[in-house]
Amino acid sequence: MKTEPDYYAIAVFLYFFALVTVLGFVASHWHRPKTQASLDEWGLGGRQFGTWITWFLVGGDFYTAYTVIAVPSLVYSVGAYGFFALPYTILVYPFVFMVMPKLWQVAKDNGYVTAADVVHGRYSSRLLEAAVAITGVVATMPYIALQLIGMAAAVKALGFEGEWPLIAAFLVLALYTYSSGLRAPALIAFVKDIMIYIAVIAAVSLIPGKLGGYAAVFEAADQAFKAKGSGSILLQPSQYIAYATLALGSALAAFMYPHTLTGIFAAKSATTIRKNAVMLPAYTLMLGLLALLGYMGHAAHLKLASNNDVVPALFQTLFPGWFAGFAFAAIAIGALVPAAVMSIGAANLFTRNFWKAYVNPKVDPAGEAGVAKIASLVVKVGALLVIVYLPTQFALDLQLLGGLWILQTLPALIFGLFTRWFTAPALLAGWAVGLFGGTYLTWTDGLKPLHLLSVGSFSATVYVGIIALVANIVVAVLVNLVVPRKVSVEAA
Amino acid sequence: MGRHFLWLLVLPFIGLLWLPFYNFHDPVLLGFPFFYWYQLAWVPVTAFLTWIAYRTYSHED
Repeated sequence: MKTEPDYYAIAVFLYFFALVTVLGFVASHWHRPKTQASLDEWGLGGRQFGTWITWFLVGGDFYTAYTVIAVPSLVYSVGAYGFFALPYTILVYPFVFMVMPKLWQVAKDNGYVTAADVVHGRYSSRLLEAAVAITGVVATMPYIALQLIGMAAAVKALGFEGEWPLIAAFLVLALYTYSSGLRAPALIAFVKDIMIYIAVIAAVSLIPGKLGGYAAVFEAADQAFKAKGSGSILLQPSQYIAYATLALGSALAAFMYPHTLTGIFAAKSATTIRKNAVMLPAYTLMLGLLALLGYMGHAAHLKLASNNDVVPALFQTLFPGWFAGFAFAAIAIGALVPAAVMSIGAANLFTRNFWKAYVNPKVDPAGEAGVAKIASLVVKVGALLVIVYLPTQFALDLQLLGGLWILQTLPALIFGLFTRWFTAPALLAGWAVGLFGGTYLTWTDGLKPLHLLSVGSFSATVYVGIIALVANIVVAVLVNLVVPRKVSVEAA
Repeated sequence: MGRHFLWLLVLPFIGLLWLPFYNFHDPVLLGFPFFYWYQLAWVPVTAFLTWIAYRTYSHED
């Protein structure tokens, strides 16, 4: 792929980047509260986001820059199997519809800001609260680092080398997140999502025309996989269970992350969330079409140094420079929104479930906002250091494990919304077995997300997250049956 | 309206997680093999089912 600078592309890129930087700082004046000095204002935007703001924010936060780069890249390299992102991002919404309005209500009624707040309120267990909080922070850090990988792919395509553009972009991001809180990514998400929609709609409607139509695109991909001897545009029967469990496990994990939950908690009402469960699938349609860019890469006979270059290379090869610059800006800005919300979500966890729980229980709302602002800076610098100093593969492996880990917080966070049967020790035991058992399986399999399960003559390849979640729930039920409950200790 | 409409939300799980339903090449629609357009078709279908479920709730805003 060509690397000589295209000045039109760079000019368009810088224009949009400057625009969102201004928006990020202006955002603190948007629906201005009497004071930004509380976690409800800084970390949740005042819990007043209506249907459209929530739609742009959660959409911008969940369909990240890394998704835009990585999904087509996986489809490019393995074919149909990489398409599991589609059933994943469809099934997530019936789950959101059934569960998240209840969770929002509990958080709103009690002033909870994080998942661990909800768990502590329900079970009065500092241990279970800490387990959920630590899992959230640890699972989020590599996710932020991955956003930088998405941004790096776009910046590299413009012809910039080295790490300084990433560092500069992240410093700017860190400063306006510090001053504006969740309002900054919420406002920027409008620009980012509209840009991504324009880039993707242009790509999926114009590129196939240049390559002979969708039938030719699928045909070219089929030929390429046959020539390569691996991958296919249909699944092998042996991949069925892997595909289904990856889709299901990812869908259940998606809204356990601090950044997605922050988007939920910031909504104005339960109805806002239900409406969004109906409207957010528009992004899934876009993601499904975007995934096919992987096959278009084969049809365009791209020669790539890395699979992650397939999307930038397509834009660069098939569109004029100014539009490629626009698309790369969309991807880079697409990294800023989730990175900001992730750092805010992690900072909220640190403030509520570590600082307030252990260091200063008497901290006032202004003090909480102050601690969270500093924590958000630390989180972003940490992610930046990971990307600059550690191999990329390290972030990818951690992100894979992060999905498995965050999924293990589901029973503690969600079951209590529907039943009062489970106790804290049982859920804690389940969490520990799921998290450490799942990590052990993944580790011994050479950091692969899939594990070959054999029961008698039956064997299947299953997503480790689902195996661990089943073990988690089974252990929680067993411990609950064995350990006597102390009724009087339960929180209301 | 009763809350039994919520059971509609089980349908996407059945339709998408049972791969023998749709891991085929034919019939092709607008150049898309069945595997692809079937899954893409579930996006509006799921949104529609969720909308039906949404209508069973009272709206506070």
